[in-house]
Amino acid sequence: MASNATDYIKHHLTFWNSSHEGGFSSLHVDSFSVSLILGFLFAGVFAYVARNAKLENPGKLQLFVESIVEMVDTQVKEIFHAKSKVIAPLALTIFCWVFLMNAMDMLPVDLIPMAAQWIGFTFFGADPHHVYFRVVPSADVNVTFGLSISVLICIIGFSISAKGLGGWIKELFTAPFHASGPVGTILLAPANFALQMVELLAKPISLSLRLFGNMYSGELIFILIALLPWGAQWLLGAPWAIFHILVITLQAFVFMMLTIVYLSLAVEKH
Amino acid sequence: MEFNVTLLGQAITFAILVWFTMKFVWPPLTNMMEERAERIADGLAAAERGKQDLEAAEKRVADELRQAKQQATELILAAEKRANQIVEEAKDAARTEGAKLVTEAKSQIDQEVLRAKEALREQVAGLAVAGAEKILRKEIDAAKHADLLASIKAEF
Repeated sequence: MASNATDYIKHHLTFWNSSHEGGFSSLHVDSFSVSLILGFLFAGVFAYVARNAKLENPGKLQLFVESIVEMVDTQVKEIFHAKSKVIAPLALTIFCWVFLMNAMDMLPVDLIPMAAQWIGFTFFGADPHHVYFRVVPSADVNVTFGLSISVLICIIGFSISAKGLGGWIKELFTAPFHASGPVGTILLAPANFALQMVELLAKPISLSLRLFGNMYSGELIFILIALLPWGAQWLLGAPWAIFHILVITLQAFVFMMLTIVYLSLAVEKH
Repeated sequence: MEFNVTLLGQAITFAILVWFTMKFVWPPLTNMMEERAERIADGLAAAERGKQDLEAAEKRVADELRQAKQQATELILAAEKRANQIVEEAKDAARTEGAKLVTEAKSQIDQEVLRAKEALREQVAGLAVAGAEKILRKEIDAAKHADLLASIKAEF
């Protein structure tokens, strides 16, 4: 049973890799395709609603979409005071996409992997033990870092567009410690630069690892619950799933909020 | 925990999604919502204006009603006064008419009386003359004493 359980957990935590050797040029087909499908789902539904939006007598779907847009718009307007056409759509995309990716955690933990194994075995003659499918893209560090590094690029881009390239580089060396004379400024430059780098790099790392950690642990606990005797699974599974509804929404919200905060910090002058 | 090209794919997908949202999702939705907010604000303002108009109209109606009532009261008073006047006039007219009739009747009666007296007098005078004639047939010449007879007649 012990090795059985270990195998089960390992199998669930292995990605469908495009090459058996792994390496940088390989692709996690499962997390990439699921995130792609969910991204298109979000874009499709929202674009459909935006295209058919009615001023009067909006439908239920339109009201639902509008409430999300309204929520994001309120947050952006409260936190981000400069003018930007990018930040609100960016925040909306992050919230919806991350939420959808997190929500994959609510699917039964064996549903998609079993389906993938059956399809692989029936149509492609693959060994079911070597068919892997992890369905929660946000439990993949590649996905969370892909998002947070994009946010980092946005932070740098916003800083440069707000302060100019020279202004941004100057700020890297002269803040947070200010000196009055040129000698002091030069002396403080390395310390300032080191602190700024830490500050800059801590943002994407904390963003992505927070999301990854929450989703990975949630997935792992669902896997562990699935190892319980079937009659007892609901006892832990139901509370954890209900609690997880909160977690997936909260994580998506936190990712969005922190992105807005970081971007508003980026355009503010120190 | 291994990094591979999935990260890059995710970042590219993210960029495309953000561009798509920026282009086709956010502007139409927010524009529409703003327009709706404006329309609601306009509607509320119009409702407020309508309420004020209604209040003003109600006030005017009350004013006019009050005026009309006052006018009606005045008219009724005037009519009553006029009616009284007419009644008084009619009474007066009736009274004068009556008095006239009475005086006419009286004068007629007086005339009748006069005529009757006249007739009576003439008859009496005639009787007296006839009596006197009978008495004085022999002595009195009718032609001679005609003056006397006429004066007696006139004395009656």
